[in-house]
Amino acid sequence: MFDLSLVLSGSYHAMLVAGLRLSLELAALTLLFALPLAVLVALLRLAPVRPLRWLGFAYVEAIRNIPLLAHMLFWYFGAPELLPEALKERLYEGDIEVISAIVALTLYTAAYMAEDIRSGVRAIAPVQFEAGRSLGLGFLATMRLVILPQALRITVPPLISQTLNLWKNTSIATVIGVGELMYQAAQVESASFRSFEAFAFATASYLSVSLLITGLAAWYQHRYPVRAA
Amino acid sequence: MRDLIDTYWLYFLVGQYPKGPLGGLALTVLLAALALLLAMPLGLALGVARLSLWRAVRWPVTALVFVVRGTPLLMVVFWAYFFLPTLTGYKTGQFSTMLIALVVFDGVYLAEIVRAGIVGLGRGQMEAARSLGLTHFQALRSVVLPQALRHMLPSLVNQFVSTIKETSLGYIIGLSEVSFIATQINTQVFTKPAQVYLCLGVAYFVLCFGLSRLAYGIESRGKRRPPPRVPA
Repeated sequence: MFDLSLVLSGSYHAMLVAGLRLSLELAALTLLFALPLAVLVALLRLAPVRPLRWLGFAYVEAIRNIPLLAHMLFWYFGAPELLPEALKERLYEGDIEVISAIVALTLYTAAYMAEDIRSGVRAIAPVQFEAGRSLGLGFLATMRLVILPQALRITVPPLISQTLNLWKNTSIATVIGVGELMYQAAQVESASFRSFEAFAFATASYLSVSLLITGLAAWYQHRYPVRAA
Repeated sequence: MRDLIDTYWLYFLVGQYPKGPLGGLALTVLLAALALLLAMPLGLALGVARLSLWRAVRWPVTALVFVVRGTPLLMVVFWAYFFLPTLTGYKTGQFSTMLIALVVFDGVYLAEIVRAGIVGLGRGQMEAARSLGLTHFQALRSVVLPQALRHMLPSLVNQFVSTIKETSLGYIIGLSEVSFIATQINTQVFTKPAQVYLCLGVAYFVLCFGLSRLAYGIESRGKRRPPPRVPA
């Protein structure tokens, strides 16, 4: 009754694999952009100046309290309309779906990662910060040379688990027509009426990458256990 | 922006109700509340089963938890959408499809919250209850769970916020919750996509931010009055 060979070779297989590749690319590119943004937002939230702290707080709360799907809809349908005409036309010529998806995913993931980095920084004893300052380092220099190197080590496990969320969240890009794995599975389903096979392939792919990421987290915690403070 | 809100606010809030089916923001809240309510007993059962003394119970449930947590919610929705009709024999509506997907998905996440609550309580409570002659189930019911559930309250409110955000995926299977309604409004207005989706974002924000502040309040109240602890 179930014919898995349909999705393991031939044109349907090619579609699904192309989808998987695009999903992986979305996740990788988003991770690349989201990490620096997350560090920046975390620093804003810890800044010694109140307006900057507020800015960081507003960013994190505004992003986290709105579903990713609504972000995607806004960045795909809404935001391009606000741009000047010339830029808009250039954008529509290119791959606007993928660009919108990456923008939405990056902003969304960065908000969550910023909170993880912030709690990592807060886990470092305040005397470390005071020692850095009393040696004559400025706020940013203390952060960069003293606090962040220690904090990032604690932060890696939660960041890996955010990466897992990011991987699953790439599936939502299907709503704005990005040809990633979920989209291709639905395409194969409607072209072949083989829903079980198409979704089995997609589920197995999502699951394997997820397990790989979970395994990475376990390996990291084994290799670099939390140091006693 | 003004006349956009003036024209569509009612449609945005309740959909076509009372002339048609309920939709919009009201449907989003209703769906999220129902899903969480139904997911709670499931989560409790799965969470306890994750810590069961019998491997035959513990292993399949652990496998289920890993599978559901490793796949996107959208995948669960698709499975429910395409396979419930074949499985049950009659066509399931969009609302029940989404509800079932959310209950399964949230049940698994709640199970982890329950498990963390029980594990976080420490072994002493269970051992003390057992040594007083209670059975494993009696000890769970009257000693461990009442304490564990109390610590879980802030996580439950946060889970409700997540569930509200998750209902937005109903959009994909054509359920007329608030994201879907916003897209309908956008199609009718046509010229103001940024404003329409900004309103959508603000609506979600007010709802979810309010609830997460509530969770924060519960958490800080709980901290002020710590539960009585007997030193180990």
